[in-house]
Amino acid sequence: MKRASGSRPMRRRKAARPVLLLLSLALVGVLYAAITPAAQSAAEGASNEQLVATGKQLFAVSCASCHGLNGEGFAQQGAPSLAGVGAAAVDFQVRTGRMPMTNPLVQAPRKDNTFTEDEIAAMAAFVASLGDGPGIPTEDQYDPTGVNAEGAARGGEMFRTNCSACHNFKGAGGALPLGVVAPSLQGVEPKEILEAMRTGPGQMPVFASGAIPDENVQEMIAYLQRVNATPSAGLTFGGIGPVAEGLWAWILGIGSLVLFAIWITTRGARS
Amino acid sequence: MNHHAAVEEHPVTDPGIEQHPPRQSDVDPAVADRAYRRIVGMLMAVPVLVVAFLVVYFAVPRDAELIVFGANLKMQTTLLGLSAGIAVLLVGMAAIVWARSLMTDEEIVDDRHELSSPPEVREQVLADIEQGIEETGIRRRKLIGSGMAGALGLLALPAVVSLADMGPWPTADLRAQTIEKTVWAEAMQLVNDVNHLPLKADEIQVGQLINAQPKALQDLHGTAYQQAKAKAAIIVVRMDPNTIRIPESRRDWQVDGILCYSKICTHVGCPISLWEQQTHHLLCPCHQSTFDLGNSGVVVFGPAARSLPQLPIMVDKDGYLVARSDFTVPVGPSYFERDSSKDFQDGDR
Repeated sequence: MKRASGSRPMRRRKAARPVLLLLSLALVGVLYAAITPAAQSAAEGASNEQLVATGKQLFAVSCASCHGLNGEGFAQQGAPSLAGVGAAAVDFQVRTGRMPMTNPLVQAPRKDNTFTEDEIAAMAAFVASLGDGPGIPTEDQYDPTGVNAEGAARGGEMFRTNCSACHNFKGAGGALPLGVVAPSLQGVEPKEILEAMRTGPGQMPVFASGAIPDENVQEMIAYLQRVNATPSAGLTFGGIGPVAEGLWAWILGIGSLVLFAIWITTRGARS
Repeated sequence: MNHHAAVEEHPVTDPGIEQHPPRQSDVDPAVADRAYRRIVGMLMAVPVLVVAFLVVYFAVPRDAELIVFGANLKMQTTLLGLSAGIAVLLVGMAAIVWARSLMTDEEIVDDRHELSSPPEVREQVLADIEQGIEETGIRRRKLIGSGMAGALGLLALPAVVSLADMGPWPTADLRAQTIEKTVWAEAMQLVNDVNHLPLKADEIQVGQLINAQPKALQDLHGTAYQQAKAKAAIIVVRMDPNTIRIPESRRDWQVDGILCYSKICTHVGCPISLWEQQTHHLLCPCHQSTFDLGNSGVVVFGPAARSLPQLPIMVDKDGYLVARSDFTVPVGPSYFERDSSKDFQDGDR
């Protein structure tokens, strides 16, 4: 008894460390939660003019070398005018890291985005001020969670009619002429898919809401998510069609037949 | 002279059969016994695998999964394939080991005999045939022969005539009503594929692509629907009118740079919708035929021989896109009787 009561303060001290750590973590979390919404509302509260002015400065640093100080473009270098492309185009191109380009290639590749949300919003506001265009979509426009099975089936029909020619019927992507690539859509954020459809980046055509309303886009995204969540039987080899499958059939199938033919015809050890 | 003839008869000395060195299994009984045991071992594994196949067939549930490198191989089919496949492989390998190590591998020469029969046999056969013909009496009663030939020949007629069931005779009139006609007509509304939304001209943006069809298609069902859609499917694109070439004769076929083309490739009829909005090129996925939609659909690459047919369109009083008429040339792939004189050629006005 005595020993047990003597060791109790020790035990308390041992337990105190993790408890203190948890408490401080919780405190940091609460403080963070309290501060971030305030920061967001501050950004929302900032007048559009301020946002455009900030965006113009960021644009002058990061985009103007190709697109010009006022987004007028430089056709000889393949940089289009940005008047009328809309905030959605900026949000898509910058969020996916395609812009700014490191050098004027055939196609801007996807890479890590180095801008903050506020900086993207500011540049988008500046470009939107150059001319009317599609705005940055809100979550209720692209969120596919409410789509039922019937909607996903219709989305599949829409996807195969409008998208599969380039992006493959499961959205695995595909090759286009002259080194251009239709990127894979698997794992791409629904917001980016809607933005790309509405703005038509690169060689991709525009799919505007007059012909394909937001509900249909949600259904198409739901189809993509469901078809890619469904496990395929056997080895898929990337699911990109007969070329990959044929390659393995030739290497493994014909290859092992050749090895057997060599074994059958060798003469073996002689004495 | 004599020497010369000898050279022609045997230009290269016959090397004879290669000397036969014995195999290890020929001289060492221990090696032969090992091969024997290997063959028997492989053959005895086959019944084990057959039993395994039967056990897997009845005992492994059909929906059991087997994940290998992230790929979902079904447990039952994978094990069935492995057991049956390895069993057949072992039978083959046992046969090969047997042939390689235990069967004799000495080469022997088996000279080929003269292929033609001796003259007296040939004469006898011809005489037998002649006698057979004579005994049928067909030489004296000739009508039997021609009657038989005529009867058999005419029996082919019912078979040939019943080929007419394969379809109506493709006369010019019939072609004009079927293969050379689609459901497009004056004032027929253009609607989006799948969701059937009508297309308002001022809502279509530069660079936009729409996979569309005629409104009347919604009233058709089954085979009639499929046949009509296969000819009437279209794509609608909008381009900056200043960046494309619109010939004088097609000035009123379009609405402010909104152009409408057949979706059916003129090569072998695949549906095409792979359109690059910057180059205005439309690429067929089947054989890479490429059409320039900024130049009346002329072929710029690939095996297609004819321009993509363009559908003349206009706007109705509410601003929706409607057709001016049917296609002016037959859509889709070529056929023998097709009149290709009206197809658009690059440079036409």
